[in-house]
Amino acid sequence: MQMLNVTIDGQRLQVKEGTTILEACELTGVEIPTLCYLKHLAPEGSCRMCVVEVKGARDLKVSCATMCDEGMEVVTMNEKIYAWRRFIIEMLLADHHIDCFSCSDTGQCKLYQYALDYGVNEPRFKVEARDWEKDESNKFFDYDPHKCILCRRCVRVCNERQNNHTLSLNGRGIDTVVGMPFNELFIDSNCVSCGNCVSVCPTGALSTKSSKHYRAWEVTKTRTTCSYCAVGCQMDLVVKKGKVVGVEPADGHSNKGLLCVKGKFAYKFIDHPDRLTTPLIRKDGVLEPASWDEALDCVVDNLQRIKAESGPDAIAGFSSSRTTNEDNYAFMKMMRAAIGTNNVDNCARV
Amino acid sequence: MIRTLQDLKEFQERQEERLRQQEATTRAQIFVGMGTCGIAAGAQDVYDAICDELKKRNIEDVVVAQTGCIGFCAQEPLAEVNLPGSQKVLYGHVDPEKAREIVAQHIEGGKAVSQWAVNGGGMLAEELQAEAQIVDYNEVPFFKHQVRIALRNCGVINPESLGEYTVRDGYRSLAKVLTEMTPAEVIEEIKKSGLRGRGGGGFSTGTKWDFAHKQPPGQKYIVCNADEGDPGAFMDRSILEGDPHSVVEGMAIGAYAIGANKGYVYCRAEYPIAVKRLNLAISQAKEQGLLGKNIFGTDFEFDLEVRLGAGAFVCGEETALLASIEGERGEPRLRPPYPAVSGLWGKPTIINNVETFANIAPIINKGSGWFGSIGSDNSKGTKVFALAGEINNIGLAEIPMGTTLREVIYDIGGGVPEGKRFKGAQTGGPSGGCIPAEYLDTPIDYDNLAKLGTIMGSGGLIIMAEDTCMVDLARFFLDFTQEESCGKCPPCRVGTTVMLDMLNRIVEGKGEAGDLEKLEELGKNIKAASLCGLGQTAPNPVLSTMRYFREEYEEHVRDKKCRAGVCTALFQYYIIPEKCKRCGICAKVCPVQCISGDRKTPYVIDQDLCIKCGACMEACPFDSIIKR
Amino acid sequence: MAGLAITLGSGAMTNSVAEVVDADVIFLIGSNPTEAHPVMGTQIRQARKRGAKLIVADPRVIDLAKEAVVHLQLTPGTNIALLNGMMHTIITEGLMDKHYVENQTEGFDELWDIVKDYTPEKAGEICGVDPEDIKAAARLYASGKRAPIYYCLGVTEHSSGTSGVMSISNLALLCGNVGKVGAGVNPLRGQNNVQGACDMGAIPAMYSGYQKVSDPEIRATFSKGWGVELSSNPGLTSIEAMDGAVSGDMRAIYIMGENPMLSDPNTNHVEKALRNLDFLVVQDIFLTETAELADVVLPATCFAEKEGTFTNTERRVQRVRKAVEGPGESREDWAILAEIMRRFGVDPGFNSAKEIMDEIAKLTPSFGGISYERLEQEQVQWPCPTFDHPGTPILHVGKFSRGERALFRPSPHIPSGEVPDDNYPMLLSTGRLLYHYNTPTMTGKNEELMEIEGRSFIEINPVDAAKHGLDQGGRVKVASRRGEIETEARVTQRVPEGVLFMPFHFADGAANILTSGEVDSISMTPEYKVCAVKVARASSDA
Repeated sequence: MQMLNVTIDGQRLQVKEGTTILEACELTGVEIPTLCYLKHLAPEGSCRMCVVEVKGARDLKVSCATMCDEGMEVVTMNEKIYAWRRFIIEMLLADHHIDCFSCSDTGQCKLYQYALDYGVNEPRFKVEARDWEKDESNKFFDYDPHKCILCRRCVRVCNERQNNHTLSLNGRGIDTVVGMPFNELFIDSNCVSCGNCVSVCPTGALSTKSSKHYRAWEVTKTRTTCSYCAVGCQMDLVVKKGKVVGVEPADGHSNKGLLCVKGKFAYKFIDHPDRLTTPLIRKDGVLEPASWDEALDCVVDNLQRIKAESGPDAIAGFSSSRTTNEDNYAFMKMMRAAIGTNNVDNCARV
Repeated sequence: MIRTLQDLKEFQERQEERLRQQEATTRAQIFVGMGTCGIAAGAQDVYDAICDELKKRNIEDVVVAQTGCIGFCAQEPLAEVNLPGSQKVLYGHVDPEKAREIVAQHIEGGKAVSQWAVNGGGMLAEELQAEAQIVDYNEVPFFKHQVRIALRNCGVINPESLGEYTVRDGYRSLAKVLTEMTPAEVIEEIKKSGLRGRGGGGFSTGTKWDFAHKQPPGQKYIVCNADEGDPGAFMDRSILEGDPHSVVEGMAIGAYAIGANKGYVYCRAEYPIAVKRLNLAISQAKEQGLLGKNIFGTDFEFDLEVRLGAGAFVCGEETALLASIEGERGEPRLRPPYPAVSGLWGKPTIINNVETFANIAPIINKGSGWFGSIGSDNSKGTKVFALAGEINNIGLAEIPMGTTLREVIYDIGGGVPEGKRFKGAQTGGPSGGCIPAEYLDTPIDYDNLAKLGTIMGSGGLIIMAEDTCMVDLARFFLDFTQEESCGKCPPCRVGTTVMLDMLNRIVEGKGEAGDLEKLEELGKNIKAASLCGLGQTAPNPVLSTMRYFREEYEEHVRDKKCRAGVCTALFQYYIIPEKCKRCGICAKVCPVQCISGDRKTPYVIDQDLCIKCGACMEACPFDSIIKR
Repeated sequence: MAGLAITLGSGAMTNSVAEVVDADVIFLIGSNPTEAHPVMGTQIRQARKRGAKLIVADPRVIDLAKEAVVHLQLTPGTNIALLNGMMHTIITEGLMDKHYVENQTEGFDELWDIVKDYTPEKAGEICGVDPEDIKAAARLYASGKRAPIYYCLGVTEHSSGTSGVMSISNLALLCGNVGKVGAGVNPLRGQNNVQGACDMGAIPAMYSGYQKVSDPEIRATFSKGWGVELSSNPGLTSIEAMDGAVSGDMRAIYIMGENPMLSDPNTNHVEKALRNLDFLVVQDIFLTETAELADVVLPATCFAEKEGTFTNTERRVQRVRKAVEGPGESREDWAILAEIMRRFGVDPGFNSAKEIMDEIAKLTPSFGGISYERLEQEQVQWPCPTFDHPGTPILHVGKFSRGERALFRPSPHIPSGEVPDDNYPMLLSTGRLLYHYNTPTMTGKNEELMEIEGRSFIEINPVDAAKHGLDQGGRVKVASRRGEIETEARVTQRVPEGVLFMPFHFADGAANILTSGEVDSISMTPEYKVCAVKVARASSDA
């Protein structure tokens, strides 16, 4: 692999051939504003936000789609770039339903952030709103076309990555709108509620129903591994006040930023009221709450009794292919080392 | 099957012999111009009337045939009568009655009806018509200043006859490149000719071919852009309808040069006759082995297919066109990579427009030196223009590059009708700009047009007279591009809409101070930031009219006035009481009954009800009604 | 898993998930990834979009079957015959990788001995598939330069499951598709940490890292590491333990995070076993159907409430991190277990999940290079013996876990343990839905998912439906030799005539009341995919 010498804002670095300017900027820690760019998708350069200046080139270049060249000198901010990006934001805001106070995306909305960054305080232009309707038919998320900036990430994720071919672009020009063929609702479409479109939406156009109840600054995120199937998707649990309120995909080896309906939305079991909160002991045929001490004593006493009466091999343990490696290891260690039997198995087969 | 150059020559000789025979054994040949323009003007009825009249008169030794458009649209329907041994006569404005009369007088009587002939009295004032003589076509001003390369066969041959195309040296160039030239030599020849893309970009055709040629061997494609979308431009349609084989041959030569074995013609579905004739030409060429495998006995293989577009303007943009051929939504893609490197299905692809391909065979046949001798310094050859708007000779004219606008408008175009003052000319359609009267003597070529802030484009030339409102004109073009924006990038999608909204307000008299500055700022930014050529040129009509006619914009915004009297919100019809003779005709013609008065009191227009149709002004016998 | 351990030496997915995107031929057998492994399914579709050709062997018209070049719609329980038929074509048409077979495998003659009888015509007859399709699939698979095979429970959950797996291995070896990028034999694990549970020694005969209990040296190592004497008695599998409970030999069972009352076949038998126990402990996050039978129930934390690791289907060890506190007095599983060990007088040796991983690394060569510190930086795939080892994305490169050569282990077609007869004339297969996960202990607690798909149903072909007078959405009684349930009919072409399909998620009309107790003799995996049933319109369906 050939290495190329490039300079970004005066900082020299070496990049592999085939690296885009945007990727090179990431390596140097220079942040470039992007809207349509999405890792794992071919760049389409349609949002026009990520432009930079390449010394010697006549026009500004979209950094997401321009490859580094040997000796390339890149400037990521100057008056021209600032004005260009500002213009793009003005255009997007001119055709955007601005209701940031009630929008669930406030705090993480890219358009909002860039408008602040580029000093667009008050829209100078306004395009008349079209009579599009919100689609709240999906069980997990809502769609408001008036907040869509047509970055098309959702359409591309649905068609090129999820390959479900639910979302498409309808209409042309200013009437272009993300939707479904024949203007169906989500509920009537072939949508499988994977939620990947929602995860990549940079504004509040596609938002989970639960996101109405939290703001970006109120939550923490914890990277973890999905507990459903064996693909092992990486994801972030979004937590507000000790409660999981959402899930966002992470860029794991096996999922590369995608999740399915279960990983994305089936987290409500975590704080379900039916969760077991105390040990239970069967008394007079009925399971009654008990303290840990009582319960553990009961377990140990009974197991020791049976071990004494019938030997350790009269006891068996079934571990779980749902829980962690550490739990499984501890379980098999308990069975073999404490109880003294090799009767340990898991539900791998069932 | 034509397998060798010798086969082609023999085929051609047989065709020539057939035509000679035809001429020798017939009394006359009649050709009716049956392009879309001719048919729209009634050429089918004319054709039927001629046949019917011949039958009635039991005349059997006359050949009646169709040809493509000869370009003189203002005179459609056109019929040419060719009596052996005498000057060809081109009749204009033929209708079925005239047609029957022509059969009677010219065919049967042997005497041309000179006062209807375009190359006779047909274009003269009434009092001069009767005396006029039939002259050679080249004496007719409309034809005299033209040099026809791309249109060489249009209106001359039967477009549905491969034979007639070969009689005009058709497929000789293909035979020549396949048997005598390497692909590199072909590209060198095209480069040397100086041919530049006729679709609008004006990029060197040979250089473009070279890019694709230099890509590693493998699947490559050649595509003809026949998605003619500029309002008022129809040169591509005329070529496809009048000489489809010239495009097939040009594409085959291009395919050989770059190493493609498959080509597509992307044509608007709104051009059914072009599609039909092109498909016919392709099947004829296949039948004769001029397409398919082992063309002219070589290893060269080339297959051609027509793909129909749904008429989206943006599909004229090459990457959007490719997306459409691939079956995707017709939207442009980011360049680079350019199609010459990564085009159709990611393979190297060359896209040229119809007129460019029509120039190829003559360049090969007559040499790059010949082609280079025509035109100006950096713009070689000719360009076909579609003359439209306020001009007498509406039609297609192929002129050498470097001809002045004045020559085109006054010599070929016959000037502005009704003696109106010329105000400006729009070139390049909705992507172009306007040229005001002070630049009438600028030689037309790529570089000069660029200097004036406009482009050659595909050759639309719309003439504006004094009664054209430049603000409204710009609004018209922007309305078109805004509607045709694909919606992919924000500058074009939103920007053109914002600009159009502002222009709409301005022509409605709701313009505000600062609007013009905003328009300029928006226009500049949209041009810079848009993804594809559509957005990058969409503001041109506005920016260019603002450049030359800024005072008109200012009048609209500041004074709420439209000097051309076009923007209906900015003027009123007014009956001058002193001049009103109280005849009441105006009140009778008013469709909304908003004019009142009687024998005693002058008539008055109720401005609240007036819809500004202008019927009253037109009807007033005393010129008592004015716009103000 | 046992199957691959025999033929290749390691019972795990040979390659990595992400490689599928670059495949050129993909063979999917007994796996419905767009529902059971959705993110895998999307990547197969990405590959297909890129130009990969897809072969699907499945009794049902699963979604990916519609995108396949060849769909082999075989009768459930005939995988081996199909694979043998494909191998017959590959061998007789000279499509095998001779060099690979000669240099890197053994047992080819034995393979041919059996496969030679399985002409595509014979295989086709057994499988109910057009022989031409078998040939086409064989040729396509053999033509692939990057040709991975993915399989799942549709192969393993048969009484001949292990032989089925070995037949897949045979096919891959025959074409030289093991030990190279983008190919391989790839079981898609049924659950998130099946791989990890087995890796960690939660199987009777092995300690962590598949170290044999029967090996005295290994036993000595663990004995020393843990500071206790260890039993050399062979352990029992869960199925055997259940049988022991019925007979009375097994007196106590400790169940952690499992719900055999819903997940195991032949529910009536399971219930009988559990009720017969002297003492039952269930440790779980909900009061499951199984917990309801327990003497003691211990509340555990779920994945969002604890530290730990899962090992995914491609052997990648990835962190699980605590995001929230567990509810009430719930405790982490390992902490409960450690406390019990202490009360048994055994020092557990760890005080955190991290410390457990350190112990695993110390006692398990294939995990030797794994620690929480490292997992912060990279998520490696085992085997990863040392801290400077990069992990192993592809197994068996150059040399097999088993040794220099992989083993062909052929098998003839083995009819399912229970086949349709006059009394139970139809064949029932079970499986998963996109919106649920096993026993819906977790998914069932999401009302939206239950609204989308919340009740049991059975898929039946229109011809069969007509025969039994069943309407779309009507109630239907389904009975096997073991029990009877009532459910809702979904009349669909997705299943062929004579075959029924039921998701096993739902407690109303629970499919496992019907399924058979037949198990694979090697892996002891139950035969969920085939049992004989009869259907009738339910009387409640007016």
